[in-house]
This record gives sequence, C-alpha cells and structure tokens, in this order.
Amino acid sequence: MSVLGDRSGPTDDLAELEAGLDALETRGQQEESRARKWWGATWPPIIFLSLLVLIWQLVHDAGVVDPVRLPSPRETLDAIREQLRTGDLQEASWNSIRRGALGFAASLVIATPLGLLIGRVRPVRRAVGPILSGLQSLPSVAWVPAAILWFGLSDATIYFVVLMGAVPSIANGMVSGLDQVPPLFLRVGRVLGARGLASARHVLLPAALPGYVGGLRQGWAFSWRSLMAAELIARSPELGLGVGQLLDLSRQNLDTAGVFAGIISILVIGIAVELFVFAPLERRVLRRRGLLAASV
Amino acid sequence: MTLLQDGLTQRRDADVQVVHTGPAVAVRGLTKRFGTGPNVLEDVTLEVSEGEFLCLLGASGCGKSTLLGLIADLDQPTSGSVEVLGGKPSLMFQEPALFPWLTARENVELALRLRGASKAERRGRATELLELVRLREAGDKRVHELSGGMRQRVAMARALAQDSHVLLMDEPFAALDAITRDVLHEELVRIRELQKLTVVFVTHNVREAVRLGDRVVLLSSRPGRIVQEYPVEIGQPRRIESPEVASLSVTITDDLRAEIRRHGGHS
Repeated sequence: MSVLGDRSGPTDDLAELEAGLDALETRGQQEESRARKWWGATWPPIIFLSLLVLIWQLVHDAGVVDPVRLPSPRETLDAIREQLRTGDLQEASWNSIRRGALGFAASLVIATPLGLLIGRVRPVRRAVGPILSGLQSLPSVAWVPAAILWFGLSDATIYFVVLMGAVPSIANGMVSGLDQVPPLFLRVGRVLGARGLASARHVLLPAALPGYVGGLRQGWAFSWRSLMAAELIARSPELGLGVGQLLDLSRQNLDTAGVFAGIISILVIGIAVELFVFAPLERRVLRRRGLLAASV
Repeated sequence: MTLLQDGLTQRRDADVQVVHTGPAVAVRGLTKRFGTGPNVLEDVTLEVSEGEFLCLLGASGCGKSTLLGLIADLDQPTSGSVEVLGGKPSLMFQEPALFPWLTARENVELALRLRGASKAERRGRATELLELVRLREAGDKRVHELSGGMRQRVAMARALAQDSHVLLMDEPFAALDAITRDVLHEELVRIRELQKLTVVFVTHNVREAVRLGDRVVLLSSRPGRIVQEYPVEIGQPRRIESPEVASLSVTITDDLRAEIRRHGGHS
C-alpha cells in the first residue's frame, strides 16, 4: 500500500469521485443468454430453407419442368440416402475434406510469410502485390488444364489448383491486416521499447490478426471451390473418389437426383466448415477487441 | 506484496540519487524539418529540472508534438541535441492507444515485459500500478469495456510501468469531456507528486497549462520557437476555476493571440 501514500481528505474525495465517474461511464452490458442467442440465430435460416424446399416442391408438382430434369426434394433425399447406404458419400466426403484441409494447410504455410513480405517490404510489395491481386480474380479452375499437362491425373494436380486458389486470398488477407495496423500502435510499441522481432510479435502481428483471419476464411472458401473444380474435371481411378467426382459420376449416369444430392453435399460441407471452424474463430478475435456488433 | 512494493520504491529512490547530475531534460539548439520542407522547430533550447512540471503551449503548427517525438527519440533532429535523464522517457498520446487484444492489466504487463521483467515481477508491479491509477478492479476488462477516462488512466499506468524519470504527455486529455478531464488533472498532480516525476506536458489549452504546470512555455507557430516563459507561482492543489489560474491564463492567452495574429498578415 506504500505507493498510495496518505489516503486522507482530498485524496479520498478524489477516489470516490473517480469511482462515481467510472460507474457512470461504463454502462452495464446485459448479456443475452447463450441458448436464446443460439435460437435467435438458428430459426431465420431454417424458415428460409423450408421456404426454398416448399417452392422447389411446388414447382415440381406443377409439372412445368420435365421431372427427369428436376427431381423432387424427396427423390433427392433418397439419392443422398442411397449414397450414404453404399458408403460412397462418406468415402468421397472424407477424401475431399482431407484434400481440402491439406491443401489449405499448405497454402497457409506458403501464404503467411509471403503476405508478411509483401506487407512489410516495399520493393516486394511493388513487384508482387499487383500480380497477387490479379491472381485472386483469376478463377483457379483455369489452372486445371495446365496442371493436368504438368502433373497428369495425380494428387499433385489437385493440390496445385487448390494452392493457386487459396494462396492469393490468404496472402492478401495478411497484407490488408498489416495495412490496417494503426501507425500509432507501432509508435507506442517503440516508446515501450519493442523493436524488431519483439515489435512484430507483441504489436504488429496481433494488430494484424483480424484482417489475417478474414483472409483465412476467404482462403478456405477458395480452397474448397478450387478443389471441387479440380475434382469435377480431373477424374481417374488412381485419384480416388471425391465429392466432385461423385457429382460428375451422377451426371454421366443421367441421375439428376444424384446430381442434386452432390451439389447439396458440397454445399453442406462448405457451410459446416465455415460455421464450425472459421466463423467461431473470427468471432472470437473480433469479440475480444470489441469489434463485434452485440446483436450478432 | 508489501515487500515487493517497498523494494521497487526503494530502487526508484536509489536511481534518482545516483543520476542526479543536472536537468532532467536538456534540449539545445534543436531544429527540425521534414525532407526539404520549412523548419518545423527552430533553435529551441529548453531545460526541464528534475521533478518539474513543464507545460508546452502553442497554437496549431507550433511543432509541439514534433518536439515531444524528438525528446522521446522517435525522430532524429535536423540539428541540435536532446539529453534525457535516465535515458528513455515514457510518452502518452492524445489517444490512449491501448492494445485492444489485451486486457487493461496485460497492457500494463506488456510494458514491463518489454523491459525484461520476470513474470512474478510483472504481476506484482502491474497490480501496484493499476492500484495507483485506481483501476485495480478493472484489470481484467478489455479496452473496449473501459470509458475514455479509464483508458487514459490505464495508459498512464502503462507509461509509469516504464519506470522512467521523465513522462512526456502529448495532449493526453484533449479528447475527454470537461468533467473527466478535471478529475484526471487532479489525478495527474497526485501521481506526479507520489512518483516524483518530471513531466513535459503539451497542450493548446491555456487554462490546462496553468492548472498543471510549474512553468508554462509559449511556442510560436511555423516555425516553432520559444516566445515566452511563465513561472506559475500558484500552490497546489489548484483549481482550474480559481481566480489565480484565470488571471495568469488571461495574460498568456493575450500573448498567444498576438502570436497567432502575426500569421494573418503574410499567409
């Protein structure tokens, strides 16, 4: 207590005054209960999906589209069941998720230092930055023919396409994260004695994290898309079965319900990863910093 | 806890005795321009004695912040020299600039960590400093959960964590409401006495300068030069509303206005 010195008279008044001000100026945050929040976020998409299925059913029943081209929701569900029964869907999903995760991990390892270099070294930024932005708008499916020519119908082809899709997104996310770091933070870091590596570790990287996590999220979306594109085009027995290949197989068999089932599987996996991995990660980073609107 | 606090307090006193060799801040013939531009500061010579509270006052473009940046060794002068007692001063900005990914306590601890303090030392000292700015209870709050005044107090605790003899403040209360600012003035005066700090405080608010300073230095604008110095011979505790503060403020404001008027003619 020695630092507080003499706590009598005016000092005590000041302490009370300050406590009063603090209490007035920090409004109590009322936390909505978890279950309530979850329920609030869950029912709107459920209602919307139900509506979509209803419309689908109505269009099917009206008979305006040839039933061979447009299966009913029921038939599609049956097709998914059938794929689950034979185990094709499980095998294909596992293969695709494994490829997606591996490709994403490799992209991460390449893109993170690349993004750091572009973000912090001016000549590198001038040279590589525009090309990287350009690559981001190039659909990575355009790499498939070239990859097949170079690597044949092998895993290398698939991973190459995934890398070309995800690396620019993740690297650009890192760059924009670095660009958003307030210069004042770096100045404060210097005043506090952070230089070089210490500054990167304690100031620059944590400050760039929100942009980087946004890049990761987008990078995953690009990975998954690129993977599906590659799987749809590159098919061979050696490659094994992925969800994309399963989808193309249904097309060859003129199995429309199977095609619909394939599209839905791809969508569901994409949404699940987004929902259970990236959305919570981003939410966590943003909430810690008070950057998240309370209602979401 | 008490042991640790006493230890730190003693070490601090010992430091002060050992390096007692002259002014706490000595600025000599300082000139600064950026690139090929005009001089922002011109031949500024200034001494701040140990334990003194000096307020630097001036209108926009007087290079107040530039001067602090030079004293803090964030920029290099074009010519002239800066000496600071005990090496590195601490610096507070108008924005608290706390790191939003850390709690209040972690912000303070980071400053200690960057000085190489051990984990146990960091915990003890951070608690002590948060108590000093009366925010012990708020230590685990995140920055966005604190009010503006509380953030600036955490920033003060973080600055004090550097354990420097000299605290530089760049309009630290300018963004706060008048009530909070008034309270923080009192808080700063109290802490500065407890910690025996030398303070260089930059502001454009004349009353604030007179309320806080032992001495007020008026700077001209474009280029920044020292125009006038005013010793403030009013005892603490002072109040910003008091007639003594008001009367000196009138004198200084008149000089400041005269200085600003000079720029109207040839612009």
